[in-house]
Amino acid sequence: MTGSTKTEEPKILNADDSRTKLLNAAIKKSKGRPDALIQVLHTAQGMFGYLPLEVIRHIAHALHLPASRVYGVVTFYHFFSLKQKGEHTCLVCTGTACYVKGAQEILDQIEDHYHLKPGQVTEDNKLGIQVARCLGACGLAPAVVIDDEVIPKLNPEDTQSVIDSKTGAA
Amino acid sequence: MDYHEFEELSAKLKTQESMNSHKICVCCGAGCLSSGSEKILTDLQSRVKEQGLEDKIKVSASGCMGPCNQGPLVKIKPDETIYETVSSENLDTILDQHVKQQKPVPELMLFHEFRDTPYTNALEDPFFKEQHKIVLHNCGNIDPESIDEYIAVGGYRALARAINLLSPEEVIAEIKHSRLRGRGGAGFPTGLKFETVYKYVADQKYVVCNGDEGDPGAFMDRSVLEGDPHRVIEGMVIAAYAVGASQGFAYIRGEYPTAISRFETAIKQARKLGLLGKSVMNSSFAFDIEIRIGAGAFVCGEETALCASIEGKRGTPRPRPPYPAESGLWGKPTLINNVETLANIAPIIEHGGEWYTQLGTTKSAGTKVFALAGKVQYSGLIEVPMGTSLRKIIFDIGGGIQDGKKFKAAQTGGPSGGCIPEQHLDTPVDYESLAELGSIMGSGGLIVMDETSNMIDVAKYFMEFCMDESCGKCVPCRVGTKQLYDMLDRIVTGKAVQRDLDLLKQLAVMVKECSLCGLGMSAPNPLLSTLRYFHEEYDEQIRKNEILLQANG
Repeated sequence: MTGSTKTEEPKILNADDSRTKLLNAAIKKSKGRPDALIQVLHTAQGMFGYLPLEVIRHIAHALHLPASRVYGVVTFYHFFSLKQKGEHTCLVCTGTACYVKGAQEILDQIEDHYHLKPGQVTEDNKLGIQVARCLGACGLAPAVVIDDEVIPKLNPEDTQSVIDSKTGAA
Repeated sequence: MDYHEFEELSAKLKTQESMNSHKICVCCGAGCLSSGSEKILTDLQSRVKEQGLEDKIKVSASGCMGPCNQGPLVKIKPDETIYETVSSENLDTILDQHVKQQKPVPELMLFHEFRDTPYTNALEDPFFKEQHKIVLHNCGNIDPESIDEYIAVGGYRALARAINLLSPEEVIAEIKHSRLRGRGGAGFPTGLKFETVYKYVADQKYVVCNGDEGDPGAFMDRSVLEGDPHRVIEGMVIAAYAVGASQGFAYIRGEYPTAISRFETAIKQARKLGLLGKSVMNSSFAFDIEIRIGAGAFVCGEETALCASIEGKRGTPRPRPPYPAESGLWGKPTLINNVETLANIAPIIEHGGEWYTQLGTTKSAGTKVFALAGKVQYSGLIEVPMGTSLRKIIFDIGGGIQDGKKFKAAQTGGPSGGCIPEQHLDTPVDYESLAELGSIMGSGGLIVMDETSNMIDVAKYFMEFCMDESCGKCVPCRVGTKQLYDMLDRIVTGKAVQRDLDLLKQLAVMVKECSLCGLGMSAPNPLLSTLRYFHEEYDEQIRKNEILLQANG
């Protein structure tokens, strides 16, 4: 997060870009109230998939907050990410019911096959692995979500084949 | 809309509903949606339309029906027959045989694999028979996105009664009389909380609905918000009327997009009918609700951290007092209640506090919703009177343990609770009895573990959770949970000896007694309860470690 990222990072915000317009609309709707910060960050991450520093600075300026305060909020909450996510995301639920029914085995399988730990993305940026505290779908344990599709009662042994078929990887 | 206009609307909608010969509900709770119930709903709707049955049969989405691992579920009313794992293929059979020819189809009914003869009226099945639904009364029976259906089953009548016939003091008296206690976990008397906020004089007061259901293994609040959002809104408006608040916030987890969108729809519908806004039911009382989406931080369930998060800050707690009832959001008196607590308000106002006390135990009145999951035969969402025994919940309602395995422990209260062993299964479940057992009621997550679960590993799992979720503000929690986790890891990986176990116990007590907020104060509970009931597992592991370490010099 030093000067070097500033120069290397391609410019993301662009007044003609629809994503930027939607973000600015959300900021406008909040009337610049600092308490709207988390809601504005939700919108921003929804638009860009993550929260690059440029966006953080932009939001800080618009809501009259120090950039450090916005950065502090972004890093406090699990939901927000400073890094770009993979093209496909596999979210493994590690809630208690899923844990009791083998969520760790699923994570082990993923680590074996893709060499990915939670929070990591493959080198070609195709697949990212995330963990969820609890999806609240405990009746379907163990559950994973691949690109918004819930895969219920996943047998850990099928982890690789399911991920491959859903993400189109060979 | 004033009182009389509302009464007229209510009567009209009720008559309209009774015109249908059948109502078919397709469960669109989180579990069933994940099993593909949305497609079942659209398929069913188009088939009913194709066959020209729209005038007689109403098809609608509904909230969670309960037995989540048998989904997608479809319920035929008024017969109360539930069909399980419904597919587009067997929809025709259900329509032709049950709806058109009045011949229910046993081989497709709920639990047909487990019962000799499945129950045509699902309410007679042991899974439902032992339950008593107050909070979940409408869940699975009405369309959560239709305010008309909610009003048709008597919704918003309690609000109409409160605003037009009762003073705020009378509403508070009724809640106090009901002996309702906070369903978020700590069990603080709700009426007393109402009264405290009411007594403070301020130019602005707030009502907050705490829907930051962070316990892993809990999905009660989610199901209520998704299945009957108007009930929560009605509870919030009545609460606001009682304490004198004009602004409400519903804080809902970001992980629950369906709950957020349904709650948003419900707010819009309520505004349109004048049940929210500048003049609620044409009275001088003004109240509106804004949704705040959580961003994934377990500590935000703690009320002072929740306030910080609503204000757009890092969700770190602060010492109490002052309690939010005196100084909450932006320093103003704030009433914070859990989703389930708020869902109890309307029925209490409608039927009276006395009615509510007829259920439950002397100290804990009413019912409690539990999310039953883990190695139990029928996982799902249930509601039982307070004081029901764990054995009844797990074995009579839940059908016992899966795959013929032996029961080992029931975990209540999530990362703040504990593990309850076989010998205490007959304890009636209420706030006090669970605390005596070293666990807590918590928000209602109930995870069943069988003989294959290693209890040291369970303790380590929860400690890892608390370590990750510690906000870092106070040292006992930030450093203590990390040290406890490392010690547990050393035990599991064969590096710890007896001295480490003694240190572990000391540190656990220290973290419990010295932490700033509930997260740290209860973080050692899972560890302490496994030490209490499954000590032999720790002893055995330590003995193994010591032998191995000696052998390796």
